[in-house]
Amino acid sequence: MSTRPVGLPRWVVVPAALGAVFVLLPLVAVVAQVDWSSFGALITSESSRAALALSLRTSAASTAACVVVGVPMALVLARTRFPGQGVLRSLVLLPLVLPPVVGGLALLYTFGRRGLVGETFPVLGEEIAFSTLAVVMAQTFVALPFLVVSLEGALRTAGERYEVVAASLGARPTTVLLRVTLPLALPGLLSGAVLAFARSLGEFGATITFAGSREGVTRTLPLEIYLQRETDPDAAIALALVLVVVAVLVIGLAGQRRAA
Amino acid sequence: MSLVVTATVPERDVDVSLAVAPGETVALLGPNGAGKSTLLSVVAGLLRPATGRVELAGRVLASYGGGRGRVDLAPHRRRVALLAQDPLLFPHLSVLDNVAFGPRSTGAGRTAARERARSWLEEVGIAELADRRPGQVSGGQAQRAAVARALAAEPDLLLLDEPMAALDVAVTPALRQVLRRVLAERTCVLVTHDVLDALLLADRVVVLDGGRVVEEGPSREVLTRPRSAFAARLAGLNVVAGRWDGDHLVLPDGGVVGGRVVGDGPARGTSAVAAFRPTAVAVYREEPHGSPRNVVATEVAAVEPLGDLVRVRAGDLAADVTPQAAAELELVPGLRVWFSVKATEVEVYPA
Repeated sequence: MSTRPVGLPRWVVVPAALGAVFVLLPLVAVVAQVDWSSFGALITSESSRAALALSLRTSAASTAACVVVGVPMALVLARTRFPGQGVLRSLVLLPLVLPPVVGGLALLYTFGRRGLVGETFPVLGEEIAFSTLAVVMAQTFVALPFLVVSLEGALRTAGERYEVVAASLGARPTTVLLRVTLPLALPGLLSGAVLAFARSLGEFGATITFAGSREGVTRTLPLEIYLQRETDPDAAIALALVLVVVAVLVIGLAGQRRAA
Repeated sequence: MSLVVTATVPERDVDVSLAVAPGETVALLGPNGAGKSTLLSVVAGLLRPATGRVELAGRVLASYGGGRGRVDLAPHRRRVALLAQDPLLFPHLSVLDNVAFGPRSTGAGRTAARERARSWLEEVGIAELADRRPGQVSGGQAQRAAVARALAAEPDLLLLDEPMAALDVAVTPALRQVLRRVLAERTCVLVTHDVLDALLLADRVVVLDGGRVVEEGPSREVLTRPRSAFAARLAGLNVVAGRWDGDHLVLPDGGVVGGRVVGDGPARGTSAVAAFRPTAVAVYREEPHGSPRNVVATEVAAVEPLGDLVRVRAGDLAADVTPQAAAELELVPGLRVWFSVKATEVEVYPA
């Protein structure tokens, strides 16, 4: 037995298929370009392993940072009303549409040695610029809106009715948040975190602008791929495939969780 | 645990005061938009009225406007449990943990809270469902669990907002029995559209209309001798109001109604109402004559099935006739008809 969609014109399938091909074909092209005989050696070279490890580490750290500040942001946006909220929401979501390079520049002029914060607190400036911390900050900056948007939507869908019941049963606001609001919005939080992780993993522009490209310190997988493209295209393609596989794994895992 | 509430909410044109004695259950009746839910929201702390005061068991829960210090306790500090149409069991918790939620939130340990939850589940007759998820129980069972959850929080006041409205009619009698048992000694405000709920569960009835209290009194009295149009409709009675001239009820439009005086009857010149059952009303296409009857010319507004009979609505009145009669009279909305009722079928009492 299967339900039959009503009213969907058949021609819709044609542009839908075109779109799918447009997205999938380049992936096929990458796979086709891979030099399989040297694939193992290419992706296990020291610089490759360092870049992959750094990418996974920094992406995990930035996802954690996104959760720590993004969850409260989503809560405030979804559950409170204050003047200027709409404007604030737009500004918070700005990194979604901003070119990452611009984001990197903005971070540089904030936390860099000559930056707004960096100049006032030189120690801070020294610490951050061109460090692994800078990578994490760049990734957090671009990935945060994904988590906020996803969780805010989940919170709005869940509504406040369960929270009202919980409060009427005598639960303090913190108890309501931890035992009702967040558990109910958990799917949205998970998919938001996965999106944030995936976005961090692919982050390039803001990272290279704000953190530079120091092997083992700030040279993440996308940066490594970009650099290798000039000198060793085979290595670049191999690493690109690794990045694709990791991204597909992350999204696939999250999808399965949501279906369960 | 007495409740005293006064509130004005100009945005919704609500201006009510309500008092509930300790251990009393008050049924709040009224048409949609009468302000019933607004009143519950004010008591529960979900809505701030422009002016008003809520006092429960000697504690001031809220006090707005009127010079004195403003008080506005957060909902979780009011000890007021709210139960709506939808059971709203937390979907991520088992039935048992749902019921244990209140005790857990107010400081009980996990084991103690679960023990209390178990005894409340027994009280409402669904102990065997303790480990189920809310998605795995029926609507009636879920609402029982919601009742247990509300009671387990040991509130000073229980607010029930049409607790049976969303349930299958087959399961409402069982839930009504449960409520009847657990509400017996509890202070409770029950919003309902069901006359049975008002009779079986409530000690007293308060009728709201247009944001004002239009009638209140013991349930049985209000429903057998309604004074407001809404209570009359709910009780399935026709009620007309007018002035008693000693022999007849004189209506505002000059019409005259004869009937039996109930009890001491109204004093001459005071307001009174006349009530009669829709089944006592006969419907004619031609003006009837003879015998002491009350006759009114009117226009059919609606014809709807009602059990074995057909209810004919015309103006504020209703007549129940057999389907055969309805067919013979060819009753359709807009038709000019005469409603007739014998004086012996009409009860007159003071308004």
